[in-house]
Amino acid sequence: MHALIVDDSRAMRSILRKIVTNLGYTTEEAGDGAEAIAAIELGPAPDICLIDWNMPVMNGLELVTAVRARPEWRNITLMMVTTESEHGQIVRALAAGAHEYVIKPFTPDAIVDKLSLLGLLPEGAHA
Amino acid sequence: MSVAEADFTYISDLVGEKSAIRLRPEKNYLVEARLLPLVKDLGMASIGDLVVSLRLKKDRTLEAKVVEAMTTNETSWFRDNHPFEALKKGIIPELLQRNVVRHSIRIWSAASSTGQELLSIAMLLDTSFDLTGWKVDLFGTDLSSEVVAKARTGHYSGLEVNRGLPVTLLVRYFERAGRDYVANEALRSMVRFDQMNLIGPWTVRGPVDVVFLRNVLIYFDIDVKRRILEQLHSVIAPGGYLVLGASETTLGIVDCYEPVTLAGSLVHRKKER
Repeated sequence: MHALIVDDSRAMRSILRKIVTNLGYTTEEAGDGAEAIAAIELGPAPDICLIDWNMPVMNGLELVTAVRARPEWRNITLMMVTTESEHGQIVRALAAGAHEYVIKPFTPDAIVDKLSLLGLLPEGAHA
Repeated sequence: MSVAEADFTYISDLVGEKSAIRLRPEKNYLVEARLLPLVKDLGMASIGDLVVSLRLKKDRTLEAKVVEAMTTNETSWFRDNHPFEALKKGIIPELLQRNVVRHSIRIWSAASSTGQELLSIAMLLDTSFDLTGWKVDLFGTDLSSEVVAKARTGHYSGLEVNRGLPVTLLVRYFERAGRDYVANEALRSMVRFDQMNLIGPWTVRGPVDVVFLRNVLIYFDIDVKRRILEQLHSVIAPGGYLVLGASETTLGIVDCYEPVTLAGSLVHRKKER
């Protein structure tokens, strides 16, 4: 399993990287939506993108919209990981095509639980 | 600060042996968060000191305290998922046929903690079945009046709603309340919570179609386990089900349940005597 971690905070990328690599994921990182698009185009395509909302250049919502506009990327699961916790914002992200949503701050278990819900826990990893 | 690897391994082996709950390496933070208050209460300086005391085995109650600190209130939405699949794909479809005359379904979350298990069941029934005209009684009990009071409020923090609640259900059944989320009236009206001690007098009367009692029996000795399982047998409806934790069994304790696998999950069906 391969995850693309998209967040402008290096510290947050590091936290998420540790959680998913512990589960057996390989990872790649991007500091904003545009870098993420470039990384996906370069390949390999990730199984999941963990996406912050507020980032410079291209924000998370724009990234979700851009990924969903590309039929060849339809198998990529998109999970927002963000401080945006208002009902309306969550609905906007879902309407744009996000599959799941984790509200910051979170515990590592929250990421594991959501990956389990999405059927994206690598074999041998347990929720 | 994090827990030293050797200390983590010791704690994780101990918890695994006593509760069958496996702590993955990324649970290091959890060991720290759960055990530091205990370390402080015991007047120790660090988790390292605690592990030294555990290794010396001077105080037998210490192991129990550590296991309890590591395992209680470990609650999340749709926890372990499999039992909910069993409910959705096996048990409820069966009850809709079997209970067609009485037109009612009763489900008891017998260690309901802060309510996530029972609310998960309520959301599952509401989203997956048309129960128009059915009387659906979903109730939870817990030993602690404090957690019962919290369950009744339906309030959960962002950290709590993050734990396994699918976002589509968050949006559908919860409203924002300051920094928290609160279950909406529709969801709260489907459930009720009361205080009850499983080893005291029971206020619950049968017939109950399904009882969820997960990761509770591990805290009791075999005589108490037997008494609770016998008493549950007397309130469970004919053909009804008992759902235990993944590491728990009735085998070797009582023979009035039959293990059956539904949708990949092991559940226990009441046997008639």
